[in-house]
Amino acid sequence: MMTEAKTEERSATSEFEPKIVGFLCKWCSSSAADLAGTSRIKYPPNIRIIRLMCSGSVDSVYIIKALMEGADGVLVAGCHPGDCHYLEGNYKARRRVALLKDIMDSLGLENERIRITWIGADEGRKFAETIENMTEEMKKLGPNPFKNYWSL
Amino acid sequence: MTASGDGPTENIVKFLGALLDKNCVDALLVPMKQPGGEGVVQSLVSHKNMLKNARPMAFDMPVNSGTIISDMTKVAPSSRMLAVVVKSCEIRALIELVKLKQASLDNIVIIGVDCPGTYSVNQFIQMVKDGQSHMSEYLNNVAGEKDDEDMREACLVCERPIPENTDITIGIYGTDLKTPIFFANTETGKEVLAKAGIKPAEESQERKQAISVLEKRRLEAWNTLSDATKSQVAGIGNLLAFFDSCINCHNCMDVCPVCYCRECFFDSPTFEYESDKYLSWAKRKGAIKMPRDTILFHLTRLNHMSTSCVGCGMCEQACPSNIALLRFYKTVGYKAQKVFDYVAGRSIEEALPLLTFREDELDPK
Repeated sequence: MMTEAKTEERSATSEFEPKIVGFLCKWCSSSAADLAGTSRIKYPPNIRIIRLMCSGSVDSVYIIKALMEGADGVLVAGCHPGDCHYLEGNYKARRRVALLKDIMDSLGLENERIRITWIGADEGRKFAETIENMTEEMKKLGPNPFKNYWSL
Repeated sequence: MTASGDGPTENIVKFLGALLDKNCVDALLVPMKQPGGEGVVQSLVSHKNMLKNARPMAFDMPVNSGTIISDMTKVAPSSRMLAVVVKSCEIRALIELVKLKQASLDNIVIIGVDCPGTYSVNQFIQMVKDGQSHMSEYLNNVAGEKDDEDMREACLVCERPIPENTDITIGIYGTDLKTPIFFANTETGKEVLAKAGIKPAEESQERKQAISVLEKRRLEAWNTLSDATKSQVAGIGNLLAFFDSCINCHNCMDVCPVCYCRECFFDSPTFEYESDKYLSWAKRKGAIKMPRDTILFHLTRLNHMSTSCVGCGMCEQACPSNIALLRFYKTVGYKAQKVFDYVAGRSIEEALPLLTFREDELDPK
């Protein structure tokens, strides 16, 4: 049985639904996601959440890998500066993401697909808004062109 | 100091011999011509009579000395006095390695030498075979207005060729090219020169002028290359084309002085997949290139080490596919360092950008 020798196609009539990978820290942003859920706040289902202990444990390779595999956007969400459960993780994450975005920019790759933000455990609504916001932005950017390169 | 047919080599070797003779140091790390072959390789010398093979102004650099000094001092700092005869990029790499806690400068006397540039190991060996490896020709790079285009690209665009952060600097630029001058830059340097019976030099106008001319042409060359590189690798299509012949050998990572992980993430079991995984990826995409994760490797390596990239070009020298890696890593690395106002190898006091932070900076909003 021959498989289609093309990457995932989207039918011309349906709207593009971006897939966003979210790296959330357990202590703040993941709790905010839970709060949004229990408060019945609706947000787009475009986010695929990966829960880590700290935003500082997000290595750039995870973000790059997600994009290489075709994610349309990657979100890193941690505690507000000063509130990190491990004290400095979010500060380091902030520098790492700034570095990654600069490198992507140097190479002419769309660094707007990578986003870092701070969402406190009590900010369920902010979490929902962040996802809505990012989904809209990724829709405007369109599908990740990496998907078209099978040899990537 | 007598003038010598070989230019400065004889004079520098005399100085190095005095260091051993007068017990200023217990051993020297200096490039030596290897017996029976053509290679000139960093060697650890403890007997003065071995110095007849020394080539302190080596015009090839098989290994960045930062790696060698790290290998010697990472288990424990040196307990004996060791003088290292090194070029600018090697010192910069060493400074990064010290900050990465992979080397110690205890009991190390850094003797920097002006570096007109180097040839790749293969090129150098061919030059020796063709009878073209004479110091007098090499010194044309110092006296002349152009650099020999056969030199490594890393050297043709090296905008920091004069060693900094040294105890002693051996200067060639601004001299008659036969008689090197010795500068003492630290108390240790002053003591060592005094013990070896050498009067430290003062910086002259000729030297300042010669260095200024050199650095200007190198900076121009670097800016030109850097701009060209940005276009060359812009966008995923161009990036793939640039790394078309990459075979994932990881040589570039192995020889890079600042890539110090004992086990690179990309050599770890993370990347040992079962065949079902490969088949499912191939099914999803229609086809996959093997081996996988080539661009991922280079992008990740950039993210992990480019803030410490000193532009020495060992990566390109070791690449079996002759990919122009130096321009890729140095262009992206230098721009990345600017994000944090950092210059790799500039100062041992400057904290590594990824290990420090300010409370208020780089606001994501």
